[in-house]
Amino acid sequence: MPLDRKIAYIDLTTGDIQTKPIPLDVRKKFLGGRGLDAYLLYNHTEKGCDPIGPKNTLMISGGILTATCASATARTHVMAKSPLTGLLGSANMGGFFAPEMAWAGFHHLVIKGKAKHPVYIYIHNGEIQIRDARDIWGKSVTDSQWAIRDDLGDQEVKCCVCGPAGENLVRFANVMTGIKNSGGRSGMGCVMGSKNLKGVATRGTMDIKIARPTEALEYNKRFIDQIVSAKVNQTQGALGTPFIWGATNSWGGIRTRNFQYNQCEYADDIEPERLDEICTETMGPYHMAGCFGCQVHCRAQYKIPSGPYAGKYDEGPEYTSQGAFGGETDTPRAVTVLTGNHLVDKFGMDNLETGSLISWAMELYELGIITSKETDGLDLRFGNDDAVIDMIERICYRKGWLGDALADGGIAASEKIGKNSFDYLIQVKGMSNLHSDERATPGLALNIATGSRGSDHLRSRPAIDLYHLPEEVLRKIYSNPVPYDGPLSSEHTEYIGKPWQVFWQENCYMGVDCLGICKYHTTFLGATLPNFEDWSKVLYYNTGLEMTPEEIWDVAVRCNMIERLFNLREGLTRDDLKKGDMLNHRYFDEPCRRGAIDVVGRKIDKKKFIQMIDEFYEHKGLDNMSLLT
Amino acid sequence: MESMGKVLVINYEKCTGCRLCELVCAVMHDGISNPTRSRIKVMKWESEGLYVPMSCQQCQDAPCMNVCPVKAISRDEELGRLVIDYDVCIGCRSCCRSCVAVCPFGAMSFNSIDKKVFKCDLCDGDPQCVRFCEVDAIEYVDADDVSLLKKKDAAERISIAGKEAAALAAQV
Repeated sequence: MPLDRKIAYIDLTTGDIQTKPIPLDVRKKFLGGRGLDAYLLYNHTEKGCDPIGPKNTLMISGGILTATCASATARTHVMAKSPLTGLLGSANMGGFFAPEMAWAGFHHLVIKGKAKHPVYIYIHNGEIQIRDARDIWGKSVTDSQWAIRDDLGDQEVKCCVCGPAGENLVRFANVMTGIKNSGGRSGMGCVMGSKNLKGVATRGTMDIKIARPTEALEYNKRFIDQIVSAKVNQTQGALGTPFIWGATNSWGGIRTRNFQYNQCEYADDIEPERLDEICTETMGPYHMAGCFGCQVHCRAQYKIPSGPYAGKYDEGPEYTSQGAFGGETDTPRAVTVLTGNHLVDKFGMDNLETGSLISWAMELYELGIITSKETDGLDLRFGNDDAVIDMIERICYRKGWLGDALADGGIAASEKIGKNSFDYLIQVKGMSNLHSDERATPGLALNIATGSRGSDHLRSRPAIDLYHLPEEVLRKIYSNPVPYDGPLSSEHTEYIGKPWQVFWQENCYMGVDCLGICKYHTTFLGATLPNFEDWSKVLYYNTGLEMTPEEIWDVAVRCNMIERLFNLREGLTRDDLKKGDMLNHRYFDEPCRRGAIDVVGRKIDKKKFIQMIDEFYEHKGLDNMSLLT
Repeated sequence: MESMGKVLVINYEKCTGCRLCELVCAVMHDGISNPTRSRIKVMKWESEGLYVPMSCQQCQDAPCMNVCPVKAISRDEELGRLVIDYDVCIGCRSCCRSCVAVCPFGAMSFNSIDKKVFKCDLCDGDPQCVRFCEVDAIEYVDADDVSLLKKKDAAERISIAGKEAAALAAQV
């Protein structure tokens, strides 16, 4: 049964390993994955602990449905106190790791302490070992995984590892699995590196009995038909996430030159169709790959067509790499984007944070706030492709003054650089914003301001707000499974009703993260995709656990509240620009300069924005200082 | 006219490596999620992005059937498949003359939990791997049409190559 998968408590300082079952009442309260991780983090991490000290706790988990016959249950969740923000650190990735760990008998790992020398953890059919990784330390993300397989003499082993960036304590290093699946944002790879933990390897051949196999199989088929019939998923399956960048750039929703413009000009070379051509030329007509059990297959395969890394195989690039190494730095060249993507994959470093910080440094360089003295002679003007590629490596290996400063994250770097550098840093809670520009979309602006792990598009984004769905359709979506009869607006430039949408999406995304399902299989980009109602059935057919859609909603609300309480405990205060639910002043002061007629000239109205936050707190059950009422 | 049964045709180029076929195979047969119970297995070369699903070919001159010391494997002409009679099968698997050892495709496996050999049975004519594979990397087609489909693919490639050559010639 999925419900008999266990938790392992691993102390790397002492080598002590304990395994425990997950009690049914804990399951009913938190399900698994991110939600149960949040509960474990809150209880196993001391207030104010050093994120890169041995007292920080690293959680690695699968959802309650991982490896079952629900669709796309590939997701692995990673959680700890973030070394980038000092608040919640949380990352979610696809691939094949969590299902393998479930077949090996475990859903959750709670890793404490610090090993005396580099080690990796090996989990095999109920048994856990801590093994020497001294010979593997220093290797790239993929080479580390192949070396672990060789060490174990088993090519079927699945690993999640940190790369050189995690070892070098880059504050936004990733935990990664496979070629490119990244537990990115908030520096979970840095926490791994700080524990002298190279990674976790797993191999499992233990049965997971499906409660009602016939129903589970048939429901999965229905799910799949629904998922692949959504136009958004068909496009995603053909072009990958770059199609989103293409669409939003043509409309004016992409930030360029840090935050100076909201549309990248002359971007033909990084349009999704162009990237797809490169994938076809280098990998053939069938170049889309999928995570475990997923039919969306949004991961493109490519080889770098030219330049110093020509011929190197990688996957993606996701639209985040397009934004990070093409748009923000104003280097819209395919080779730069594909090379940048390859380097961050190899180093195990967050693409989004890296590109964002480089573009911030570029603006500071052009303004004279930093000079060639800080850049060690690098010409860091916008549009310099070589400088972008060079800076990625400098950050990973902390080379030069600026490389070392940026490796500590934006806020720490702004304190080192001084002057008014912080004013130009586009971040929330110390984490850089996505490459998107939310000045024309107050709902999306509210989402990035209030996301639990800092500025983020995967924690509460009401992305379907951009589709201008009729109000009755919106109401059908947003008044289930709990009733809502407040205002809703089909207009993306409006402020009314958005707090509820963000609150609803926050719970929807927490729901999938607890179940272990990918967000492309729920109400994220596709308005018609499954949510609470379907989850209740799929949970029952696969695990036998009977929970109503409302009860799953309650779990999501509870888990989001734990994340908020963790952040409050670690210093979140409402209007704090560095640790609160607040946006950079440019959102309120500088209007969009480019884009479509409904975008150009737009900026966020601060008064209305603050009202949205008040309303959002009210939905969450918080007072106007973000405290629990 | 009824054909002589259908066969599984695998086009590995189309495979996205998601392994949903392995999952549904195990759930359909055993009610259990466990890829080691799957009759189909996606072999991967991850560093090259190459995924190749492997399953029983239902061979005409089948080594597994020929070698079986107790004659537990026979041909089911109706569905064009090889079937194992578990009342007869003795579960041998390590000797070089066992079905597991002689299959050139590694398609006969041994399930160490249930202590049984097992292979693809075409789900009695409704193969779930085919039903769930949205990219058609696995198809279930009339045996007579297999080479026809291959001919069509090859002809398409030749025709595209011809057009590209003509376009290049026109540019010169």
